[in-house]
Amino acid sequence: MAQTMSTTELAEKIINYEETTILDVRNTEEFDDWKIEGGNVEIINEPYFNLLDGVESIGDKLDKDKEIIVVCAKGGSSEMIADLLEEAGFTNVYSLEGGMKAWSEHLEPVKIADLKDGGELYQFVRLGKGCLSYFVESNGEAAVIDPARMIDVYIRFAEEKGVQIKHVLDTHLHADHISGGRKLAEETAGSYYLPPKDATEVTFNYQPLQEGNDIMVGNTQVSVQPVYSPGHTIGSTSFIIDDAYLLTGDILFVKSIGRPDLAGFAEDWVGDLRETLYSRYKDLSKELIALPAHYTFAEELGKGGQVSARLGDLYEKNTGLQVENENDFRKMVTENLPPQPNDYQAIRETNMGKINPEHEKQKEMETGPNRCAVEG
Amino acid sequence: MSIQANKVLDAKGLACPMPIVKTKKAIKDLEPGHVIEVQATDKGSTADIEAWAESTGHHYLGTVEEEDGLKHYLRKASDVESRGENNHQKVVNLDHLQQKLDGHASVVILDVREPAEFAFGHIPDAINIPLGELSDRMDELNKNEQIYVICRTGNRSDLAAKKLSEEGYDHVTNVVPGMNAWEGTVEEQK
Repeated sequence: MAQTMSTTELAEKIINYEETTILDVRNTEEFDDWKIEGGNVEIINEPYFNLLDGVESIGDKLDKDKEIIVVCAKGGSSEMIADLLEEAGFTNVYSLEGGMKAWSEHLEPVKIADLKDGGELYQFVRLGKGCLSYFVESNGEAAVIDPARMIDVYIRFAEEKGVQIKHVLDTHLHADHISGGRKLAEETAGSYYLPPKDATEVTFNYQPLQEGNDIMVGNTQVSVQPVYSPGHTIGSTSFIIDDAYLLTGDILFVKSIGRPDLAGFAEDWVGDLRETLYSRYKDLSKELIALPAHYTFAEELGKGGQVSARLGDLYEKNTGLQVENENDFRKMVTENLPPQPNDYQAIRETNMGKINPEHEKQKEMETGPNRCAVEG
Repeated sequence: MSIQANKVLDAKGLACPMPIVKTKKAIKDLEPGHVIEVQATDKGSTADIEAWAESTGHHYLGTVEEEDGLKHYLRKASDVESRGENNHQKVVNLDHLQQKLDGHASVVILDVREPAEFAFGHIPDAINIPLGELSDRMDELNKNEQIYVICRTGNRSDLAAKKLSEEGYDHVTNVVPGMNAWEGTVEEQK
């Protein structure tokens, strides 16, 4: 029997840029749509059903003594193929436990910084989907920003740190993944904050995020200053933490910018997006470290797992910030957009509280890449 | 819709890779050209069965989604189809048939594919008599009518056309290549 590898072990390998060889045995269409990326990953695809009669076809492509991690949709086929590889003489084969389904749910905590007054800032990297959430802790209290659906991870993390989650914030109404915000706030008896302009249709109570109303985490000066930054959604809000970290939500990414079309108002919101990126953010300190809610390209994942960039550097390098002509900009963010995320309408309705799909259905709705960005 | 198959395989409750492993085994014992119905509950099985069929040369007909699960239909690859030569004298292409239909000519379209293939898409008003049943059911056809015989790729229809002309059906035409290239209207069995 081949050994299994957990998603945590795989995540560590990827963020540490260890040499990682993956054999993905899902069918090629699924593989092309969405696969494991980042770090130092070498990946090949051969559907499991082509290997049932013998693994010779891939024998030439892979070294028999090299570590090979076999991956499928849920972990069943990879186990079978890993066994077949062992029978064929491969010596270092693993099957990824739970497959891409589990990979899609894995959250990897990565420390971003110590804060001025003793607190800490963590980024939770959802490697399987490219979603990023944040955990700020100071003096026994914590705030979680843009939490994923897997809220147990944050609760456990808070317990380990001995801090209490007091505030849960969403930068905007998400369309690519189901927010864990409301549930996490319920479980921890914390407050749930949303931008009021994104919350006009929600069916639950929330605290409105408003510019100028700082949120304090702990007794120290870890202030979360909401900066109204519409464009991706009408209410999108950014936060500045500790005067040093700019949480940009889905407005600005490391190598791309937010897309304005996921609620069907691309034409209306493109002006706001332009205003935010080319004027509002430009007036902020160049020394701020931008921390987005997503990454799209494997190269954006830095060594150690951080996804971040100095704001000043982004104004020099991010192609989405170099478009001088307003019409060219409008064209770029409204035309030739990538396909919309899977089930994005149902995801928005879930995040508004209008529908409440069962757990398995929620997993299914989120499967696949996030596609929230426009490349310049 | 209820679709006729030569064999039914129960792969319900099984997770990937078992539906494919079982299908692969079951199809070995199936006669070439026959249809297997694979019942499954694993949602991922649809894309996998289709991709597997393509890589093996079997013909994926389609999937019916029902409340209690999925039913996939596959037709085992058959040598007849790779024969590639047509012997029946009268042959027309699909455009010709389309023109006949557009002109409202009174024609009989005889589709000699398996019922399951027919169910997933056929020319409206076509009659379905699978090649294997043609000898027994020939009398359902009128000898004096214009009969256009079609299948998937033109080979089964060629055999059927020959068989009909041997039995005295004088107005029989083979339509090539067949439904795999047909771009006109199709109807699905309800």
